[in-house]
Amino acid sequence: MKLTLKIWRQANAQAPGKMVTYPIDNVSPDMSFLEMMDVLNEQLIQKGDDPVAFDHDCREGICGMCSMFINGEAHGPDRLVTTCQLHMRKFKDGDTITIEPFRANAFPVIKDLAVDRSAFDRIQQAGGFVSVNTSGNTQDANAIPIDKHDADRAFDAATCIGCGACVATCKNASAMLFVSAKVSQYALLPQGKVEATDRVLNMVKQMDSEGFGNCTNTGACEVECPKGISLENIARMNREYLSASIKG
Amino acid sequence: MATLDSKIPQGPLSEKWTNHKSKINLVSPANKRLIDVIVVGTGLAGASASATLAELGYNVKTFCFQDSPRRAHSIAAQGGINAAKNYQGDGDSTYRLFYDTIKGGDYRSRESNVYRLAEVSANIIDQCVAQGVPFARDYGGLLDNRSFGGVLVSRTFYAKGQTGQQLLLGAYSAMNRQIGRGKIKMYNRHEMMDLVVIDGKARGIIARNLVNGKLERHSAHAVVIASGGYGNVFFLSTNAMGSNVSAAWKIHKRGAYFANPCFTQIHPTCIPVSGDHQSKLTLMSESLRNDGRIWVPKKLEDVKAIRAGKLKPTDLAEEDRDYYLERRYPAFGNLVPRDVASRAAKERCDAGFGVNATGEAVYLDFAAAIQRYGKEQAHVKGLDENDAALVKKLGQAVVKAKYGNLFQMYEKIVDQNPYETPMMIYPAVHYTMGGVWVDYNLMTTIPGCYAIGEANFSDHGANRLGASALMQGLADGYFVLPYTIGDYLSNDIRTGTISTDDPAFEAAEKEVADKLQAFLNCKGKNSVDYYHKRLGKIMWDKCGMSRNADGLREAIVEIKALREDFYKNVNVTGTASEFNEQLAKAGRVADFLELGELFAKDALERTESCGGHFREESQTPEGEALRDDKNFTFVSAWEYQGEPAQAKLHKEPLNYEEIEVKTRSYK
Repeated sequence: MKLTLKIWRQANAQAPGKMVTYPIDNVSPDMSFLEMMDVLNEQLIQKGDDPVAFDHDCREGICGMCSMFINGEAHGPDRLVTTCQLHMRKFKDGDTITIEPFRANAFPVIKDLAVDRSAFDRIQQAGGFVSVNTSGNTQDANAIPIDKHDADRAFDAATCIGCGACVATCKNASAMLFVSAKVSQYALLPQGKVEATDRVLNMVKQMDSEGFGNCTNTGACEVECPKGISLENIARMNREYLSASIKG
Repeated sequence: MATLDSKIPQGPLSEKWTNHKSKINLVSPANKRLIDVIVVGTGLAGASASATLAELGYNVKTFCFQDSPRRAHSIAAQGGINAAKNYQGDGDSTYRLFYDTIKGGDYRSRESNVYRLAEVSANIIDQCVAQGVPFARDYGGLLDNRSFGGVLVSRTFYAKGQTGQQLLLGAYSAMNRQIGRGKIKMYNRHEMMDLVVIDGKARGIIARNLVNGKLERHSAHAVVIASGGYGNVFFLSTNAMGSNVSAAWKIHKRGAYFANPCFTQIHPTCIPVSGDHQSKLTLMSESLRNDGRIWVPKKLEDVKAIRAGKLKPTDLAEEDRDYYLERRYPAFGNLVPRDVASRAAKERCDAGFGVNATGEAVYLDFAAAIQRYGKEQAHVKGLDENDAALVKKLGQAVVKAKYGNLFQMYEKIVDQNPYETPMMIYPAVHYTMGGVWVDYNLMTTIPGCYAIGEANFSDHGANRLGASALMQGLADGYFVLPYTIGDYLSNDIRTGTISTDDPAFEAAEKEVADKLQAFLNCKGKNSVDYYHKRLGKIMWDKCGMSRNADGLREAIVEIKALREDFYKNVNVTGTASEFNEQLAKAGRVADFLELGELFAKDALERTESCGGHFREESQTPEGEALRDDKNFTFVSAWEYQGEPAQAKLHKEPLNYEEIEVKTRSYK
């Protein structure tokens, strides 16, 4: 396949960026999107140009590090995949592909397509945990039976990979889907109930202070989420927040 | 010169750990506040160690090269974590887990460490559940288990095919709690560039901020290396793109012995290579072998027809299929350990029975499981068990609930539906049992420098059993290191803060800066990846699933030549004072180019076959691995002395008190 790539190039957080066009040839449909980017970078290095910086690590859709906005969609046109799992067979010979970083005020660009998502870490540090020491002196794991449906729903929420596609997709750059997934995981499990009130208040407070926008229920985040995290989580977090605020 | 003292406590095996814990020195809570510990890496071992050390009261500084500690490659572990809970009442016990692990490792691991691992395993599950890790449960609300290779019980706890993710997020949450309290200072996008040794003790590291390229000095009273394995020396592996040996290799060059570098795990069930553009390989969890049957056609003409696209695997009659694992190993069948399954796949493919265009793939087939589960479900629901379409639909739903994410991953990569047609799989490099040599306290041969998790060598011998890596990472980080490190640090309560103005910091920083500048000044003609790929090819062809003396000798020569060419002709673009992935990678590949040679040297030296290390010269008439216990019941620990060729071999003899060393058979 022969393609035209239009890629956002930006030297660092302070420098202005711009779209630069690169032609690329001999792309195999079996390549992953990032393997296609590897080929481009190899060509740029051969020419003595600066290769395109992008974040990636596991390349199997679980670490959450890859983060491109491809043809106007987070992680590109395929559903329920990250960019590293997107394959070139989803494109046609002769296509022009636009590649931008995840854009949000809370995600400043580091270089080219790599952005700083440490705001997500800080939200988790504000309350995304159960305050139990790791001494091993806990009760037997089977001491508290947990309803399978609750356990499964908690698991579904916990599969969020923290990639930030929800933020990049949202017209308000809201982080509600990400935050609600963590709040929900703990809200659904007995272990998480003890600190539920403080958790939701602290995490939402941190989310707001990081400069993420508000949720206006467009649901775009759920559509673009590579792990299919459900909007129900946002509803659950709103309930948790409301009840915590009344108690608090 | 460092000595090789494994410091195994006296007394009966089952009491060693308890007695040791009771007798070692402690640091008082007030003094812990005066002590700094550096942890490099945030996978299961590094994250759990950071959290626990911080909870105990130490000041912890943790480093990871990724943009968040949650991205470490433990996140990608799929199938599960072992623990001797015996919840299934199927005869499991601490001893049995210990026995299976020693046998699985082909009697090349340290008995006392493995026993301790089995002992603390049950605690890990309790701990993780308390943290809110959502393990799979049955309808009664209790924890569910499944089976993994090389064992006859169900002791594996899991969270669908994302167990590593859930456990790592649990450890990450424990870290977050401590970061929030200010007890851990987290350095994301930082890479450890060197270890600083003062008066023979590990006293800090030189780190590089990968965003702006600045070198930083960080001092501490102890340094913990939890940087994972070195599978990426093969270029193609199931490791993450960034996984590297550099932290472990830097401490090796500063005096830590490197043990059993040739012990590598080639995992039998990975998605086959599709072309030259391939950047990494994807694992299909071993848990799939609970329900998937592995086969190739019996007749070569069927193989040809399948490759030509004239015959579909689903059209092949039962009697024309060779379920070769069930045929060769009736007792364990499809659940033989990984090394055995990998070699058996290679044997069939080498004989010409590979089922894809490259001839390097076998089938992993779920049709029988779909039938079995479908009938069971139809029976439970009172539906017609003879309605084939219904049975298939119900069966597929069960398989989806168990392995849904793995099937989806396969479909996205291969573009075939594994619910309808068998998966194609082939072995790939996955895990390294070898690593930094550590004593019973997990300390390396450098005082104050520890290695935990995959980065060390101690628990898996020559082959690791499935679902044991997660167990070891968390055991080391949550329950072992936090005790043993106190014994060492109890001598440091009066040391006070260590100054980073020490000449040792100055010298180490300059060395790092010079090396980075040398890469940039080289301005050669080949990219960093060019060298990495060539190294990988040498490793796979000559140090892969089967090895022989001639090939290993060639590998040593070729790797050395490649390394010399690298320093002359590598092309690294950009500067050292910006976000520069090429520069970061150049440093990692430089270290792989040294490790690769030591790897081949170690494999050449060990003329026996054991576990994942298969020397063609040492096999039984049936083609099984043949150990040489008389000459090789030891750990090879290599001391750095300049070039890898000059590395000096030290031997730690392995003594088995509680276990009879036998031929490992899964027949």
